[in-house]
This record gives sequence, structure tokens and C-alpha cells, in this order.
Amino acid sequence: MSEHSPAAAIAEVRGVRYSVGSRVIFDGLDLSVERGSITAMMGPSGTGKTTLLRLLTGQVHPQDGSVQVLGEDVPQLRGAALYALRRRMGMLFQNGALLTDLNVFENVAFPVRENARVPEAVLRRLVLMKLEAVGLRGAAQLMPQELSGGMARRVALARAIVMDPEILIYDEPFVGLDPVSMGIILRLIRHLNDALGITSIVVSHDVQEVLSIADRSYLLAGGRAVASGSSAQLQASTDPAVRQFITGSAEGPMPFHYPAGDYRDALLGAESEL
Amino acid sequence: MNSALRKIGQITLFLLSTLRVCVPALARPGLIARQVYNTGARSLIIIMLCGLFVGMTLGLLGYDLLGRFGSESALGVAAALGLVKVLGPVLTALLFAGRAGTALTSEIGLMRATDQLTAMEVMAVDPMRHIIAPRFLGGVIAMPLLAAIFSVIGLYGAQLVGVTLMGVDTGTFWSQMQDAVGMADINEGLVKSFAFGVACTLLAVYEGYHAERTAEGVGLATTRTVIASSVLVLIINYMLTAAFL
Repeated sequence: MSEHSPAAAIAEVRGVRYSVGSRVIFDGLDLSVERGSITAMMGPSGTGKTTLLRLLTGQVHPQDGSVQVLGEDVPQLRGAALYALRRRMGMLFQNGALLTDLNVFENVAFPVRENARVPEAVLRRLVLMKLEAVGLRGAAQLMPQELSGGMARRVALARAIVMDPEILIYDEPFVGLDPVSMGIILRLIRHLNDALGITSIVVSHDVQEVLSIADRSYLLAGGRAVASGSSAQLQASTDPAVRQFITGSAEGPMPFHYPAGDYRDALLGAESEL
Repeated sequence: MNSALRKIGQITLFLLSTLRVCVPALARPGLIARQVYNTGARSLIIIMLCGLFVGMTLGLLGYDLLGRFGSESALGVAAALGLVKVLGPVLTALLFAGRAGTALTSEIGLMRATDQLTAMEVMAVDPMRHIIAPRFLGGVIAMPLLAAIFSVIGLYGAQLVGVTLMGVDTGTFWSQMQDAVGMADINEGLVKSFAFGVACTLLAVYEGYHAERTAEGVGLATTRTVIASSVLVLIINYMLTAAFL
């Protein structure tokens, strides 16, 4: 599947198997992320996109296979070594995950205060620069409760880049945003990636938006990456799964319905039978 | 039975993890002071109000009981021993569990539900060190202080009823108390309130940290905090009372 040389890969997942109880999330997942690129991870809900991010950041460990990030074997890392790797990564959470007892300025300053000894004057300039980059320098004194969804996402983005990470991970960055906020976030992802020279991994099922900025995309389904390529390649693909996902059709290899018994039996059967 | 033992084991391991990060957490006294304020100072009004009325009730009841044996003059001693050794620490702990304990559990549970704790982990910040340890230390420090305030206000409540309303001599009330109540009694109260502080705060932060990421999960965790803390306080109180006899 990989058309990229291993040397250029900043993150690599090989043969990963991961299950929760009897539910198999990944069964032989292979993918790689090229340094300096924007790589999109797409797929229907429940295909393990967020779980993939948790594997990359060492929050969960695969039962089998390898996860390499920035040259480190993530499942083998514990304690200080894992934290050292995470300091080189930034992550934007779906809901922002801002610390609700800190204002915007302190939220952005938080990773620096906790992980580095920086003079207060330098920290102030650093935070203001990051807030300016996301257009929210004027909101520095606001509390998270006073922000709109789009603003909270941008503050979280400023916080994610404040440590100048090598990899920036976005978990569903467009969910619940109005078109203006979505456009701003899209441009910010592209701009930050190019201006800061970082590698971006974007998990999303907003197909058109994410394809518009991605250098390479993966389509996850059934525990595997069923397709990958550039945005143009995916849009030109004749693969039924890719076509179904890109066109948003209910008909195709990706089931819309959760597995269930016979519909007629359920309607005509006893009330206790669902 | 198995699940109860497993839970006790999990809480013990959580306590050990918390104690392990308490030493580095001491390097951030600002975080601990903030939690002493949140758990202690914010509980002050309810503690003082309850202390006053418990003391007044003790004054009334003590005067009535002691009066049957012609020993009204011992009211100060009875009130002091009752408050310092048992009522002060126990009732403070129960109020603490209901006010500060529930606040801690719901706060940490909501932080879990809204990914704030996960975000910290991804930012290479240990939530045990940054969130749990300061709250644990804050609660452990605040509890003996609150219990002492409860007892002092309670004594004034007992004096208000016994001396001002019932006519017990002021000098007798305070001097007999001074003669009969020793450091051993005060130490018993201190040890109890410290133990209750550890138990109530530990349960509160444990339940919050392990709450399910749903509104119902946070609600259930908060309920468990109050129930488990209250039962544990009464059990520990009995054991320590027996140990100090």
C-alpha cells in the first residue's frame, strides 16, 4: 500500500490488530504518514479513526503489530519516554478539551508552563503570537465558557502548536462548525502545516473539506485501510467503497445498518423482541 | 464479595499512585493552596452554621441529662469532649463529603468526560500530579482545620445555651473544661479528622477520576462518593475510638 519510502515516513502503522472485548476495531491496519504532509484519515463513524489517534499518541496499545512515530516504537514507551514523545506532538481534540478553570491565555500557556522553564515575558510573547496566528489575540482574557465552538477549536489549535510540535493531530476538526468557522479552520490547518513545517494528521468524515487540503488520504473500513492516495486519485477511484463514501450513498459495501435480525419479525414480534 | 475486594484493591493502588505524586506536587504550593480554599474555605459557612446548632443542641441535651444527676456544672466538659473527640471530626467529615467531596468528584468526572484529562496526558502533563495530588492534599489539610473550627463554634453554641439560657456559671463551664480536656483528647480529634480527610478526599478524587464519560456516570460517581465516604467515616470513627480508649 505504501508508495512512500520508509525514510520519509514520520509515522508508520504496520499490521496493527486492536480489539475491545469481542469487537475488533483494527485487523491488520497498515498506513504511513509522510513528513511535512497533510494526511487525512477518513471513514464512516465507528471505524476506529479516533482509536487510531489514541494508538499514535500511546493512549492505547495494539494487541499485535507495530506503531512507529518519530522513530519511536510507541507501544513500548512508558512514563518519561512516552511523555518525551508527546512533547513533540500536538493534538486538537474534537471538543477542544480546553481546561475550564483557565482563561484562553492560560490554556495556551499551560503546556509550556508544565513542560518548560520559560521566562514569563517570553511566555507572554509566545502565547500572544500563537493566539494571533489563530486570530484570537483579543480573546486572551476570555474564559472557555465565553467562546463559541469555532473559537474554542481555534484556541485549542493555538494550544496544540504552542510547543512547536513536529506532528499535529486533528480529531474531527470540522464537526459542528458553521461554514465560516470551517473555512477558517481549513485555511489554518494548511497554513500552519506549510508555515511551521509540521506534519498534520486529520481525522474527519467531512469528505470534501478534508480532501481539499490533504496531500494523501486513507479510507478506513472494516478494520483496515481499504484505499489510499491523493485527493484526485480518491475522487477518480472506481472502488465501490470509495465511491460510496465520497458520494455519501447508503448503498454499497459499507453497511448503513447496525447488524440486526429480520425487520419484519421485529415489527410483528413480541414487544420484548428488538 | 469479589468485586468489593477488587474495588478496595483498586482504591489502595490509586492511593499509592497519589502518594507517589504528592511529593513532586508539593513543589507547586499555589495549586494546593487553591484547593485548600476550594474544599476548605468554601465549606466554612456550612461548617460554622452546623457547628453552632450542634453545639446548642449539645448544650440543651447535656444540661437536661446532667441535671438529672445534679451535675449541670460538668456541661462544659461534656460538650468539649463530645465535640472534640467525636462530633466535631465526624460531622465535619460528613458535611465535607456532601459539600467538597461531591464538588471534587463532579469536577474531575466532568474533566474526564470532556477530555480535559486526556488532553493533559497528550500534552505530557500527568493528571495525577496536576489534578489529583493537589486536590488530595488540599482536602487532607482542610479537614482538620474545618473540624477544629466546627468544635470551637460548637463550644460557643453549647455555652450560649448552657450559660446564657440555662444559667450554668460561666467560670465553672470554662474552668472545668480546661481541667478535664487534655492534649490526648485533642490529639484523638486531630487523628480522626486527618484520617477522615484522607478517606473522604481519596474516595472523592478516585470516583471522579474513574467516572464514566457520561452525565449519568458523573452523577453515579458523585452519589457513590457521598455514600461510601459517610459509611467509611463511621467505620473509621468506631475503630479509632476503640483504639484511643
